[in-house]
Order: sequence, then structure tokens, then C-alpha cells
Amino acid sequence: MSTAVTGSAGTYRPTPLELERRGVRARRSRRSTLTALGSTLAFAVLLYVSVTNAPGWPRVQESFFDPDVAWEYLPDILRGLWLNLRVLAVAAVLTVVVALLLAVVRTLRGPVWLPLRLVATVYVDFFRGVPLIVLLYLVGFGVPALRFTDGRISSVVLGTAAIVLTYSAYVSEVFRAGIDTVHPSQRLGARSLGLSYAQSMRLVVLPQAVRRVTPPLLNDFVAMQKDVGLISLLGAVDAVRAAQIGALESFNFTPYVVAALLFVALSVPTARLADWVTARAARREQAGGVL
Amino acid sequence: MSALSLPQGPTRDRDVVLDVRGLVKHYDDTPVLHGVDVTVGEHEVVALIGSSGSGKSTLLRCAALLEPITDGQVLLDGQDISDPTVDADTVRSRFGVVFQGFNLFPHMTVRQNITLAPRVVHGASVAEADARAEELLTRVGLLDKADAYPDRLSGGQQQRAAIARAIAVEPRVLLLDEVTSALDPELVGEVLALVRELAQDGLTILMATHEMGFARRVADHVCFLDQGRVCEEGPPEQVLADPVVPRTQQFLRRIIDAGRL
Repeated sequence: MSTAVTGSAGTYRPTPLELERRGVRARRSRRSTLTALGSTLAFAVLLYVSVTNAPGWPRVQESFFDPDVAWEYLPDILRGLWLNLRVLAVAAVLTVVVALLLAVVRTLRGPVWLPLRLVATVYVDFFRGVPLIVLLYLVGFGVPALRFTDGRISSVVLGTAAIVLTYSAYVSEVFRAGIDTVHPSQRLGARSLGLSYAQSMRLVVLPQAVRRVTPPLLNDFVAMQKDVGLISLLGAVDAVRAAQIGALESFNFTPYVVAALLFVALSVPTARLADWVTARAARREQAGGVL
Repeated sequence: MSALSLPQGPTRDRDVVLDVRGLVKHYDDTPVLHGVDVTVGEHEVVALIGSSGSGKSTLLRCAALLEPITDGQVLLDGQDISDPTVDADTVRSRFGVVFQGFNLFPHMTVRQNITLAPRVVHGASVAEADARAEELLTRVGLLDKADAYPDRLSGGQQQRAAIARAIAVEPRVLLLDEVTSALDPELVGEVLALVRELAQDGLTILMATHEMGFARRVADHVCFLDQGRVCEEGPPEQVLADPVVPRTQQFLRRIIDAGRL
């Protein structure tokens, strides 16, 4: 807390009254921090005691939390997770590109663009409606059956394609909502300067729209981080598949717990980033609104 | 930092309702108010004038506890409301605030806007609140718009509805933050006429305004703020017609040159 501020009027020093009030506020915030800590601790203890005293706990501990099994399969699962991360990176970039295209196409006006708009609308309606698992099977087993190529298409590629198809449909709607929230006056301002429709979209509307929808986009990214695990359904050996293999070999569920913890560890940084971005956006939009 | 004190007329010897003492406000490290003293007496109308950025709006928000203050004191009916142990929500329920941009709730009708606080904060029954709303709407001339949504009203009508909402809870002090600045020139009159009526009815009002002519006619006391300080204060006929501080003279000269007085 700054005690002296230099401004146009020289130096400000808090009055004794203000110092006393700061003391009161600090004491109160210390008290509420302590209360929060205490109640959290009490809850954790209660949860721990009630779980470990459950009648089935020894069996559960044995088959879900076996440290030896966890250690044994950790390298395999980590190798699988590395595949998930690579799929995630490619899928995320492709999703953003396709989704932006879809969103822009859907906001185009004029009868000339009707066919394109129609295609984009059908795409979004269809791929948003199909369950991701069903789509994975359709793409994973249907596309190879078309025999476009002589060789085998990797299940990783097919799985990534299915994820991009579904997620681009979702994310395009987020982008479209963002574009719609940019006030028409911004478009008018850009067009009044002589910018074309495409230029005003690219230089004025989209930058504002993307900034506004970053928090929901990050939320979709967290969802995607987990859903890339579904490519294991097509046989790709990712973290989930590696855990499944481990579980079958060891007759123990611990590898699944390991995979779960790794996915959580992966999503926590993104979740915190989303919080931070949201808070920053809120601060910028509601300057002076502290209540 | 005391402002230049001038002999004050008998109008200032009233019971003090709102007493702002040495108010300091910094936004992060930017000082906005440097120790401002303003008092508002019972049934008194005090106008804050000054250029944009002089701290008028900030002063009003700080007084109503809508912004945390950096230093100084705000007393309402003698109670130190800047004391951190005071319940701020209760204090705010004793103020009425009208904003420059109306701040009506767009998802509620005019009647719902007006009855919200009486019902939810002050525990009035629906019938009581509706009766009171009807009375207020008649007074501000919007009875026929009771069930309309704010976006169906003109700016002047919206601001009159906002005033009705603010006074529905019978506040101790009505704070008006440049209530006509967002209005078309032809709609300013209807809002000012309403404020004038409220003043004549004896409401205690502290208002920030750019309407010098209005301040002169309606206010009992005028404070000229400059760069976060009260630069000159006194009865309107003195401050607005015969200011003694050079900065006030310069400010008024500019306003007169712009044809606004």
C-alpha cells in the first residue's frame, strides 16, 4: 500500500484517522482470511475422515491408489499425454482458423453470399448436433473406408479431424456472438473512413470481438484439452489408452487415476489464465465500478 | 486545504445533513480530490460546478459510498459513514442517486424500476410500492408510461423515471450527477423543471451540473471545484456573478463566451 503519492499537488500523507481505518480493514480482512482457512481445513479433514472410514476404503485404496502401479505406468501414460498435447496444439489452431472463417461467413450480408452462408449454417448445425463420440466413429471408420489413399490413415489424424469438426462448430458460435456485440457504430466509423467491408471486419470489428470472447474461448480450450483423450477410441495410444492398457495388465484402476491427475494438472494453468483474462477484461470494462 | 471562505448568508445556518470533510480520492496513484469540504443543510440545494475532470462526479460517488475514499470523512446526519465498521448498504439506502446516463434497468418496466428498492430494500408490500410508484409517476408526468420499458422512452422521460426511482425511497439527500448532460438540448428543460420542483418541495439536493443558469436559479449554495479542490464557494449570485478568485473568473468568462450563461 502506498503511503505517499506524488501528484500535481505535491505529496499526500494519510491522516491518523485514515491510518486507523486501514488498521480496522486490515484486521477485518485478516479475520475473514482466518475464518476461510479454518472452514476449508475443517471441510478437508471431514472429507478425509469420512472417506477413509468408509467400509470399502481399504479395497478402494488398493485398486485405485496403488503407488507401485502408479509409478510403473507413469512413463507410458506421460508418453501418451505427449501425444495428447501435440494433438491439442494442432486441433486448437485449426479450430480457431475454421471457426473464425465460419463466423465471418455467417455474418456476411447480401444475397450473393447466400450459398456460402447456407453451407456455414448447415455445417454448424450438423457438427454441433452430432455427439463427438459418434462423429469420431463416423470419421475414424468411415473415411478410411472411402479408400482415398492406398495406405492407412493414422487414427491420430482422423481423431484430430473429428475434434476440429465439432469444436470449430462450437467456437464459431462464440466468435459470432463476439462479432454481434461490437456496436454497429464501430462499423459505421470504419466505413466512414473509406475502409471496405472486409477491411473494417479485419481491422476494427474482429480485434474487438476476439478480445471480448477470450474468456469463453479459453473455457472451450479447457474442454478440448480433455476431449482430445477421446481419440483413444480410434486406437491411438494417448494417455487414456495407455492408462487403459496399464489397467488391463495390472488388474488395477490406478493408471486411470494417474491419467486423471495429469489431465487436471494440464487444465489448471489454462483455468487460471482464463480467470486472469476475465478479471482483466472486467477491470477494463467497468472502470470505477467496484461494487 | 481550505477554500476561500466568504461571509455566508443566513441560508447556511441549517441543520447539516451531509458533511464532507477533507475528502481525498486517488485512483491508483492519480489524485482526483485533494481534501474537499462540502456541507449540505436540510432542504438546501448545493450545486457543484467546474470543468470536466475537476472531481465533481467523483465527489458525489464518494459521498454515496459508491467509491472507496482514500482519506477524509463523510458524515450523514452526524454519523461518520466513512467508518469501515458501518454497513455501507444501509448507508446507501439513505441516498438517492441520479446518474448522467440514467442507469435504468432495461429488463424492467418503469414501474418495476421504481418499486424495486422500496420492496426489496425497504420491505414495502407490492401494493404499497405500487401506490407510491403511481404517485411518483404522476408527479414526474409519466403515469402513462408505467408499464413501458426504458428503451421505449425518450432521454428526458428516462431521466425523469430515474429521478422517480431515486426519490421513491425518500432519501435524506438526493445526489444528481450531471443529470442533463446526456440529453438533447430540447429535453433538458423538462428534467430541470422537475428538479426545480423537487427543490421547492424541500428535498435536500447535492448536484453536479454544467447548467450555470439553472444553478443560479435553483441552488442555495454553489461550490466551484478546480483540479480536485473547492476553489470558491458561496451564494450563487456571488460566485456566479461576482467571483473573487481569478480561476473562477476565468472559468465563468469561458462559459459566457461559449454562450452558456
